Amino acid sequence: MISGKLKILEHALLSMGRRKQKNFAIIAVYTLTVATLASILFLTQSLRTEARNVLLDAPDLVVQRLAAGRHDLIPNHYAEKIGQLPGVGNVTPRIWGYYYDSLKKVNFTLMGIGPKERDLQLFSGELPKTAKQCALGNGIAKAYGVELGDSLVLVDSQNRTLLYEITGLFDHQSNLLTNDLILLTEPELRRFFNLPADRATDLAVQVYNQREIATLAKKIKYELPDTRPVGKTEILHTYDTVFNWRSGIMLTVFVSALIAFCILAWDKATGISAEEKREIGILKAIGWDTTDVLMLKFWEGLAVSLSSFLLGSSIAYLHIYFYGASVLTPVIQGWSVLFPEFQLTPAIDLYQIFVLAILTIVPYIACTVIPSWKSAITDPDSVMRS
Amino acid sequence: MILNPGILALLFGSTIAFVMLLYAAGLGVKILSRWDPQSSSEEQLLLERKTYLVSTIVNFAFGFEILSGLLFIYTVEDIHRLFIGAMCATGALNANQIGWLALLIKIILFFAAALWVHFNRLDQRAEDTPLVRPKYLGLLLLTPLVGLDLFLQYSYFTGLQPEIITSCCGSLFSLGNDSVASELAGLPAKPTMLAFFLIAGSCLIIQTLCLASKKAIFRYLLFVNALALFFISMASIVSFISLYIYQMPTHHCPFDMLQQNYAFVGYPIYIGLFTGTLFGLIPGLSQPLKKIASLKREIDKYERRWLLLSFFGIVIFLLIVAWPILFGPFILLGY
Repeated sequence: MISGKLKILEHALLSMGRRKQKNFAIIAVYTLTVATLASILFLTQSLRTEARNVLLDAPDLVVQRLAAGRHDLIPNHYAEKIGQLPGVGNVTPRIWGYYYDSLKKVNFTLMGIGPKERDLQLFSGELPKTAKQCALGNGIAKAYGVELGDSLVLVDSQNRTLLYEITGLFDHQSNLLTNDLILLTEPELRRFFNLPADRATDLAVQVYNQREIATLAKKIKYELPDTRPVGKTEILHTYDTVFNWRSGIMLTVFVSALIAFCILAWDKATGISAEEKREIGILKAIGWDTTDVLMLKFWEGLAVSLSSFLLGSSIAYLHIYFYGASVLTPVIQGWSVLFPEFQLTPAIDLYQIFVLAILTIVPYIACTVIPSWKSAITDPDSVMRS
Repeated sequence: MILNPGILALLFGSTIAFVMLLYAAGLGVKILSRWDPQSSSEEQLLLERKTYLVSTIVNFAFGFEILSGLLFIYTVEDIHRLFIGAMCATGALNANQIGWLALLIKIILFFAAALWVHFNRLDQRAEDTPLVRPKYLGLLLLTPLVGLDLFLQYSYFTGLQPEIITSCCGSLFSLGNDSVASELAGLPAKPTMLAFFLIAGSCLIIQTLCLASKKAIFRYLLFVNALALFFISMASIVSFISLYIYQMPTHHCPFDMLQQNYAFVGYPIYIGLFTGTLFGLIPGLSQPLKKIASLKREIDKYERRWLLLSFFGIVIFLLIVAWPILFGPFILLGY
């Protein structure tokens, strides 16, 4: 029984080989459709995984202060108050801000580091120790063409031009985090932005028991009503939702392309040539059943689908992981101006492949069912007589 | 509503399947009303040809329904991250209770669709296709079920509210609504275990009897037993099988075992159980059809294969389930 099915498959492949042009057209368009949808799925999946990995090391809770509904600097004594709540570990005031560089027309992130900063990974050189030193992310070093030991020129909030010696550089592997980052010492950063000494940008709070994060957030909000505690899990949820939403919107847009492709497939499947009709007529005359012809058509459809599916997803793989998703990044990535040029880690699982298969193969098979049946019920005598 | 690619694929595919089934059901009504196997008119010939179209469409649609059941579980598992307190698919289903109903309909659809495809094949093998009328009546009953499935999925996914940061307050808005419960409560382990192994054992014995004798009563017994085994197994998976697999006395989730962390052990378990149950039901259901001579021949030819499939399905299921209970380090009922 199985060998009989394989014979039909063999026949299907041979007869497809005889109609190269028609099948080539279908496979080309099909491949393109699959590649587009697959690129979207692969890219968002990788970004989601990347975001998740990055946030693993994020503080459990970030506390910001709100003034008139806007983000404001938070007084340092809030940190002591929060630190006294049971279950809270370290509370670290963080100083950071954005800096617009008019020469390169990009935004940098400036961050102050305290004296007790721990050892950093993916970092070469030394962290800044004096007011005249700084450490850079790979993207900024590239933008200015500077190296370790060179100097960097920044204009502070008083419009004074300052020269910093570059003592440390981040490796490009950490680009997603550090691409646009400049590290200065904390006192220097306060002076640079003209920040008051008793305030910080926000507080990073360590929570010992992950299950208590929500409760602690509630307590902090109760004790300090003008703050906004943001949990790590909420940031994760938000990233997940945002990436889901973006890829969902893009997929919805491309569904119209999918429908156009289905119409093409329907059209191609309906318009069978006289020669093809005769072939089916002869097959039926020599004893093939309608079920056999349907099986033949099914194998044909499956061969077309699987080859396009494999080709399309391979193209998408190359596009995303070897050519940096050049076509899609502007839409999916968003936010900053200085884009990190990062190599995405392939994070494709069976689920993505499965979703892709259902999105592409199901409509194709669906719109070839009726045309296949129409050709399968061909009367042998009427065909051969014409 | 969450715009997730998996959700889009599910709704898109289900809509296609439902529309095709509607078309097939329309043809089915025509076939039902005008079917006359004695006639050799042109219309009858056309109707006979249309039965091929209906079979193909239904095979396709039901094939998709089976796949979509898997995709549904996968998707629900994937979106659990969006809900506070949800740790796996159970949490995501609890976030909107309609999800459980959708899952239930999917399981019913799986059996109904598989039985329809099965009897359709049997019928097409017989020269006089005696089952045309019951088959198409069945199709008319199944089509609304697929529609219901689509509707439930849609209302489940649109009813989900993911927890995201709002502009004024990060944490507190997720505290406003209660976080979803992540666990299912199971039946007490010891009596469930007893019932499970008793039913499973009797199932294997009846299968052996069916293989040895041609008596109808054994087939009916097997039907009842397979049905009972299915429900008891489902309860047992939640009650104690999952505990042994995860080696944790509190983890009752029936979906986590489908994940990589547990070496995908859920697949052989569920495939074994579903195959075993399905092919356990078929001999009993086919028994009344033996009155028709052309079908009796076909049934006698294939019955042995169904019984063996059922037998091995349940054996595989039992082996995987019993292994951690007998040889695993986890002890649930020790003292």
